Amino acid sequence: MSEEISVATFIPEDPGELNTRRAFLAAAGAAGLLYAAALAYPIYRYLASPEEMALSATAVTEVTLKDAQKLPLASVLMFKFGTAPAMLIRHADGRWIALSAVCTHLGCTVQYEPQADRIHCACHGGVYNAYTGANVSGPPPKPLKLFKVSVNDTGVEVSRT
Amino acid sequence: MTERTITSSAYNWIDERLGLSELAAFARHKTVPVHSQSFWYYWGGISLFLFLVQCFTGVLLLVYYRPGAEAYESVRQITFVMHFGWLIRSAHAWAANLFIFAILVHMFSVFFMKAYRKPREFGWLSGMVLLGIASVFGFSGYLLPMDELSYFATKVGLQIPVAIPFVGPAIANMLRGGPEVSEFTVQRFFALHVVVLPALFLPLLAFHLWLVQRHGNASPPSEDAKPASERKSIPFMPNFLRKDLAMWLISLNILALLASVFPWALGRQADSLVPAPAGIHPEWYFMSPFEMLKLLGNVLPGEFGEIAGILLFTLGIALWILIPFYDIGKESGQRARAAHYFGLLAVFALLATTVIGYWTIR
Repeated sequence: MSEEISVATFIPEDPGELNTRRAFLAAAGAAGLLYAAALAYPIYRYLASPEEMALSATAVTEVTLKDAQKLPLASVLMFKFGTAPAMLIRHADGRWIALSAVCTHLGCTVQYEPQADRIHCACHGGVYNAYTGANVSGPPPKPLKLFKVSVNDTGVEVSRT
Repeated sequence: MTERTITSSAYNWIDERLGLSELAAFARHKTVPVHSQSFWYYWGGISLFLFLVQCFTGVLLLVYYRPGAEAYESVRQITFVMHFGWLIRSAHAWAANLFIFAILVHMFSVFFMKAYRKPREFGWLSGMVLLGIASVFGFSGYLLPMDELSYFATKVGLQIPVAIPFVGPAIANMLRGGPEVSEFTVQRFFALHVVVLPALFLPLLAFHLWLVQRHGNASPPSEDAKPASERKSIPFMPNFLRKDLAMWLISLNILALLASVFPWALGRQADSLVPAPAGIHPEWYFMSPFEMLKLLGNVLPGEFGEIAGILLFTLGIALWILIPFYDIGKESGQRARAAHYFGLLAVFALLATTVIGYWTIR
């Protein structure tokens, strides 16, 4: 309390002196901030390293799945497109479809059900069309992303559309 | 309600429940003696600061470190793949060494200022145990990268308890997790280093710091002899605290400089089939006991010498720990002088054997 009173009754002697003190405090504050930033920067970069590595992995535009052309009818092959899970489906009619396997609702990995010929998410019951990726029922707000598929004798190439 | 009454009523609410004003009153009345040897008062605080640095950098290393068979690979990844990983690891290794150094300076300054005398015996005893745990921290942490040097240092270090009669080999096998230093050794040293040792160290450190608050800083006998009117002191808050924090900042700057200019090296992966590299030697803080045992082994060869060495060493440490119960007088009598010479002898023996140790590396 007594300090506040002394502040209130404080009479600045010389405005020049007040200015240099203010400038000193500002400089000291800035130096302190710089110091803290110099400590924080390496720590931030250190902790962010895996994220930066993942960034270069998500830049992937094409994945070659060796021997995937031998996939039986009405079955699925799970693979990684960059860092995220994706699925290659060979439908009973022989059609090839590749799409993202990350549910657009809350990010669970979805499942292809050959009997029902649909894609189902076990977390909250979302259902997608297994040919187009369109969200059919349940909570998913958006369709699954579709990839381009090209099949040759050595494997299957999946790429971004 | 104005802003001030809100703040003060909030303060009162908390104060009634936690007793903040008692703490504040205690802090206001705490003083630190000022005299020609006041400089040595900073070293306990510097040790504390370096311990905090170890906790912080240790947790950062824990983010990527994997004990067991992958230990070397994960340290390689930290050092060469993760951004600034080399710096974090280097800071942890350098701070470990500075930590031991600061504790030793702190211990010897307490010894020569006779700050272990009544009523500070528990401060001395707890400090000695803290130093003991700190050296086990150092020994266990040294193995974790599992490179050549850490492998052989641990191999040699765990050979020392083998000399203890009857139970020695069993103790060594228990520490190693088998007859050889392997991934099992890293795994249990890791558990020791990050769980067991901190769990022992932290409460003891709290006790040690509480004692300092309870008894205040000891002043050397030369100061106590002066009349009260001639003794000077400064308030802890904010005068001494400000100086303490300035020392912390200086320590941090020295650490940053050492860690970045002399990054800690990572050797080749440990391989039990590769012979020990030339010039291998213990860390500097283990050099003295290592050399003492070696010198004694020259005088008294064989198993007898080993046992005698360990006995003599244990006796010396026991005397050192028990010094508060020998040098009890308030005045500088014969016991006080004997303790002083014992301290000088200890410093001389430590320095001499360390120098000889480094001199005879090749």
